[in-house]
Amino acid sequence: MKRILLGATAALAMGATAASAGTLADVKARGTLICIVNSGFVGFASTDKDGKWQGYDVDYCKATAAAVLGDPSKVKYKPATGKTRFTILNSGEGDVLWRNTTWTFVRDVDVKLAFQGVNYYDGQGFMVNKKLGVKSAKDLDGASVCIQTGTTTELNLADYFRVNKIKYEPVPTENNEESRRNILAGRCDVYTTDASGLAATRATFKDPENWVILPEIISKEPLGPVTRHGDDNWSDIIRWTKNALVAAEELGITSKNVEAMASKPGNNPEINRLLGTEGNLGAMLGLDKRWAVNAIKAVGNFGEIFERNIGTKTPVGLERGLNALWTDGGLQYTPPFR
Amino acid sequence: MSDASTTRKYPPGTHPDMPPPLLESGAIYWVRKNLLSSWTNVGLTLAGLWALWLIIPPFYEWAYADAVFNAADRSECQSLGDGACWAFIQERFKIFIFGFYPEAERWRTILTFALLFVAIGPLLFDNFPYRGKAMLFSLAYPFVAAWLLLGGFGLTPVGTDEFGGMLLNLIVGITGITFSLPIGIVLALGRASNLPAVRIICVTFIEFIRGVPLITLLFLASTMLSYFLPPGTSFDLLMRVLIMVTLFASGYLAEVVRGGLQAIPRGQYEAADSMGLKYWQSMRLIVLPQALKISIPGIVNTFIGLFKDTTLVIIIGLFDMLGMGRSSLADAKWAGLSSEVYISIALFFFLFCFAMSRYSLYLESKLETGHRI
Repeated sequence: MKRILLGATAALAMGATAASAGTLADVKARGTLICIVNSGFVGFASTDKDGKWQGYDVDYCKATAAAVLGDPSKVKYKPATGKTRFTILNSGEGDVLWRNTTWTFVRDVDVKLAFQGVNYYDGQGFMVNKKLGVKSAKDLDGASVCIQTGTTTELNLADYFRVNKIKYEPVPTENNEESRRNILAGRCDVYTTDASGLAATRATFKDPENWVILPEIISKEPLGPVTRHGDDNWSDIIRWTKNALVAAEELGITSKNVEAMASKPGNNPEINRLLGTEGNLGAMLGLDKRWAVNAIKAVGNFGEIFERNIGTKTPVGLERGLNALWTDGGLQYTPPFR
Repeated sequence: MSDASTTRKYPPGTHPDMPPPLLESGAIYWVRKNLLSSWTNVGLTLAGLWALWLIIPPFYEWAYADAVFNAADRSECQSLGDGACWAFIQERFKIFIFGFYPEAERWRTILTFALLFVAIGPLLFDNFPYRGKAMLFSLAYPFVAAWLLLGGFGLTPVGTDEFGGMLLNLIVGITGITFSLPIGIVLALGRASNLPAVRIICVTFIEFIRGVPLITLLFLASTMLSYFLPPGTSFDLLMRVLIMVTLFASGYLAEVVRGGLQAIPRGQYEAADSMGLKYWQSMRLIVLPQALKISIPGIVNTFIGLFKDTTLVIIIGLFDMLGMGRSSLADAKWAGLSSEVYISIALFFFLFCFAMSRYSLYLESKLETGHRI
């Protein structure tokens, strides 16, 4: 019965995908981009005191809207939990998913999602109280572990502990906040989630010095934007918008100097192509030739977005690490704009 | 005898009532009777006092004595005091109430809320001044409210996706309550009907609604509906939620009202028939007034449940007060102040639910006719 239901759902999902083949046309006709974001994740998506959305993923939504519609404010945010995000995307209730989502084989192939690159390289870690005296994840036998349901971290944890023959007791939670309260109240010994999440959570504790993040990183968590299967033009737009922001950092284009650099063709042909003063890359995507200029002007380049939302100067305080440019020893790399 | 006649100051039968003995009246009597009447009760009283002692002083210190009311972010709050950081709530108060509603237009929501009292006053209290004329306004109110909130016809249009916070809870809750009651009554009558077609339809509907959780219905409305509708049709999300919540509550209300209908003795129905009343006349004049009176506690129970269920809209991406609280908690400047947020929101829900339950008690005592068994 379950199999039949799943089959029916998949068939319906494909029907819906085929029906809304032109996401770009839909977005342009509607005049707003519907961006699926986290309903609350420190540094990545939250609301400020005026109810405006802010955060790392939110900035990519703004960049996408600026590239497609020329205006970063034309975004409607659709918050989703870990369990509802793909249903919302596949049903056509959202255009793109910028919601710290891990790129995995099953999600890409079987859930029929299209991952468009990686805007944050993460990995799953463990955080415990210093009192426990735990030095390594291998010492965690019999521990109770706070874990968010519907995420890859849940599955990684099961894999890792099975391989290492460690017994544990999961304490399932719905979101980061719930896990945070549970571990502070001692309802679980360990909190496991992506290392960025652990750092962000620890930063909110009254006594961050009493908590330690264990050295083991047990998984690869490449977080990136997701679109529906079967709309290649729209996927190209999402992928290359993210690439344009990485390229901008590589090429030294920032939100401050982009207008000046785009006013007339310069010496570097790649900059000229990216900023639309040479060639017609924008038109190939079905966008304005100033698409990348608009995106960079709205939110800055990759590095600016990082530093503003989650960098070392913010309360979240993350190092660039794997997310540095490839020229600085990180993994952020873009194919050429040619 | 002669001794007694010398001490007596009053003629027989005119002695004024004396105050009761000190130990049998007033506060001391109350304490003795209610708290200290037996050793078990003494023990329970002491245990209760001890529990209060454990809870209240630390809570008072946290919530008031050590609390911080003005600060720019969480770290400043923590440096100023160990208690609650109400500065966060103060900063976010507006978005908890209005959600994403445009700031310049917020007076419209306040006006709508104020008019709500004018509209429900005559429905709730039969001594409301000019009740007859005020009822006309009550009938027009849903349209006035929709116009004020959504705009158009001279007001700046506001999309339903900009609704949020307490505003959204109240819109969903009040719409659900208003429309589910009549639908629920009709369903209950339908279920008790002698006409098989009507009865089967009503029974199927009620059992379907009661067999499916509200979350499933909301999820169905938000994501599955677009699979069934022709591509390109868009159907306002808030509208779908309102319809689903109303149908859900009416399914439950139907059963509550059916309980009331079954409590009416058979003789009442037969008496109505023998008077020559038609079906609707007998229902309106004889059966329903009695059945609804019996059902009041159950109906209000359903309403309170419905109002609390409005927080489930977060599942489908609408930001009610709880949702606004959660997304605010993720702000890196403030993250980690969940107790303050959840306590404030709980207080808000308590105020509304408590008001509803008090009104139901008032109504019960007003309609009390001494038939209670």
